[in-house]
Amino acid sequence: MSSIADPIAGSPVADAKTEAKAEAKAEVKVAAPAITLPATGERELRLDLFRGLALWLIFIDHLPTNLLTWLTIRNYGFSDATEIFIFISGYTAAFVYGRAMLEGGFVIATARILRRVWQIYVAHVFLFTIFLAEISYVATSFENPLYSEEMGIMDFLKQPDVTIVQALLLRFRPVNMDVLPLYIVLMLFLPLILWLMKWKPDVTLGLSVLLYALTWQFDLYLSAYPNGFWAFNPFAWQLLFVFGAWCALGGARRMSRILSSNITMWICIAYLVAAFFVTLTWYVPQLGHIMPKVIEQWMYPINKTDLDVLRFAHFLALAALTVRFLPRDWPGLKSRWLRPLILCGQHSLEIFCLGVFLAFAGHFVLAEVSGGAALHALISVCGILIMCGMAWIISWYKHSADKGASKKGAAGNADLAGGGA
Amino acid sequence: MKSARTMLGLLLLAACLAAAPARAGDTPEQPQPAPPCDVPAYLLSSESSLPKVTDAVKANQPLNVLVVGSRSSTIPGNEASAYPATLQAALKEAFPSATIDLSVELQAKSTAEETAGTLVKLVEAKKPTLVIWQTGTVDAMRAVDPDDFRTAINDGVVALRAAGTDVVLVNLQYSPRTETMISAPPYLDNIKVVAQQHDVPLFDRFAIMKQWSDAGYFDLFSTSHGVDLAKKVHACLGRALAKFVIDAAHLGPVQQN
Repeated sequence: MSSIADPIAGSPVADAKTEAKAEAKAEVKVAAPAITLPATGERELRLDLFRGLALWLIFIDHLPTNLLTWLTIRNYGFSDATEIFIFISGYTAAFVYGRAMLEGGFVIATARILRRVWQIYVAHVFLFTIFLAEISYVATSFENPLYSEEMGIMDFLKQPDVTIVQALLLRFRPVNMDVLPLYIVLMLFLPLILWLMKWKPDVTLGLSVLLYALTWQFDLYLSAYPNGFWAFNPFAWQLLFVFGAWCALGGARRMSRILSSNITMWICIAYLVAAFFVTLTWYVPQLGHIMPKVIEQWMYPINKTDLDVLRFAHFLALAALTVRFLPRDWPGLKSRWLRPLILCGQHSLEIFCLGVFLAFAGHFVLAEVSGGAALHALISVCGILIMCGMAWIISWYKHSADKGASKKGAAGNADLAGGGA
Repeated sequence: MKSARTMLGLLLLAACLAAAPARAGDTPEQPQPAPPCDVPAYLLSSESSLPKVTDAVKANQPLNVLVVGSRSSTIPGNEASAYPATLQAALKEAFPSATIDLSVELQAKSTAEETAGTLVKLVEAKKPTLVIWQTGTVDAMRAVDPDDFRTAINDGVVALRAAGTDVVLVNLQYSPRTETMISAPPYLDNIKVVAQQHDVPLFDRFAIMKQWSDAGYFDLFSTSHGVDLAKKVHACLGRALAKFVIDAAHLGPVQQN
């Protein structure tokens, strides 16, 4: 059996497909569980591509606004890269660990998931340390009277004992460091989600929707330190994650008729166009008066914390059109030009952390060197190049390490297959 | 959605565009002209109105302005150069015959909710025609739930209107140095929402300062400990705010400076 989709050493496409079909059949006979897994040997490059894209966009969004910010999707609609990232993470996590659960059982899969959670947690703490270093530097070097009020944010440095413990508990999270804690919580519940999915995928998705609805109805949230709440509410955002898992475990296939219908396509296009016009009024305030007040009052605020339905729907529309117009065997996926994006998507935890770090570093450079819009854009481009370079190195390293270890078998390859991060 | 290939093409294009002027920017700095602090017209106009201010000025009654804000409504040790004072001066200049009274109520570490609770008493005590309520910074720093923040502003605005004054909302400062530490967008959005719901003019201090920073009028990244930058920025803010109030009260055309 081939390893879980090693993209470099993988067998040629044609082989992979026949192999895949054979395996899919075998699987049905042997396990016949409620869920079906996509065949092995056939890595979904589209997932890598869009996760890589999401990582780039998250990085750009974390930098101060600049030329490249206009390329990010949040300027053209309601949803942004976070939705893509969480959905694909749910998808790949279910794909990798769902297989582990079918093959090795609940306990083994849970152990592997927990190992992954630990990795993400360590990565988060590492980023927090870098943040502390940056903020301490700013606090000691910056005393502009114009911002004497804003500098009060440094007050937490006066109580490092409390702050650091709260950070370890994931309750104190600096700006831009909200995605990993959300991800840690979602992954912690992945064993339960997968176990339920194994039993009845649709019921699991239904429960997820129910939890989402309850969150809105009863205003469930996780509190943060020193006050406030989690910027991405896990009770709401789990919907995307579970939906991703549901799609990975056969939901996508069952939806294919809906996805290929023309009615769906036109609804999606209409919604995306409408969302585009609404966002246009944010950036071209002169257009603001075109928007009817009634709609404005009904629609705003579009709540990111609780994953507003408008955002979720926007993501669904984007995803539906993408699946329709970008077939999984699109030759472009193998092109050299998209390779950097795909490589970034394949090592998402590392590249995500690197992106957060580079965003900090970019802020720092921008603050130290007073440069214009050009420097801003240059920093974004450099950051992306560094991310690509790093992804390439990791991929090269893992590839050569795997070669050495190939005799031991391919079981430990979850990270390479996305590992859910 | 754009195909990834187009996306990449655009990225490369942007990179080329970015690289050229970056080098040009390395040349030794040219003598800087005095900051003109122009503000695009759309940031200084509002669809909402200030009927009480309009009436007061037209009837030649004293215009009594109360600025309620946190520490970013002043410059420590230089209150006379902060934007409320420049606002008063600019209004006097625009209406030479009118009496312009202005008082400032600073509530340094109060959230919108805490301030909202004091507004009615303040209005009873000072009887203002117009309340300029600057808020959001403390809430953003404390990461107050944006929904609670919105409710607080909403309550405050309703109370002020009920007490018979006009209201102008002023949002956060643009503070690039603390952008990685203070998340402004949810608070900016929520102030905007309340302003829309109640037809309250919103002076978008954040967008205006960002505009100045992008245009290179001010170096808001500066680590200078001096009070000079603060004074200049506040002078410009005060003048812009005066234009904004005059426009919202339909008392223009104002002479351009």
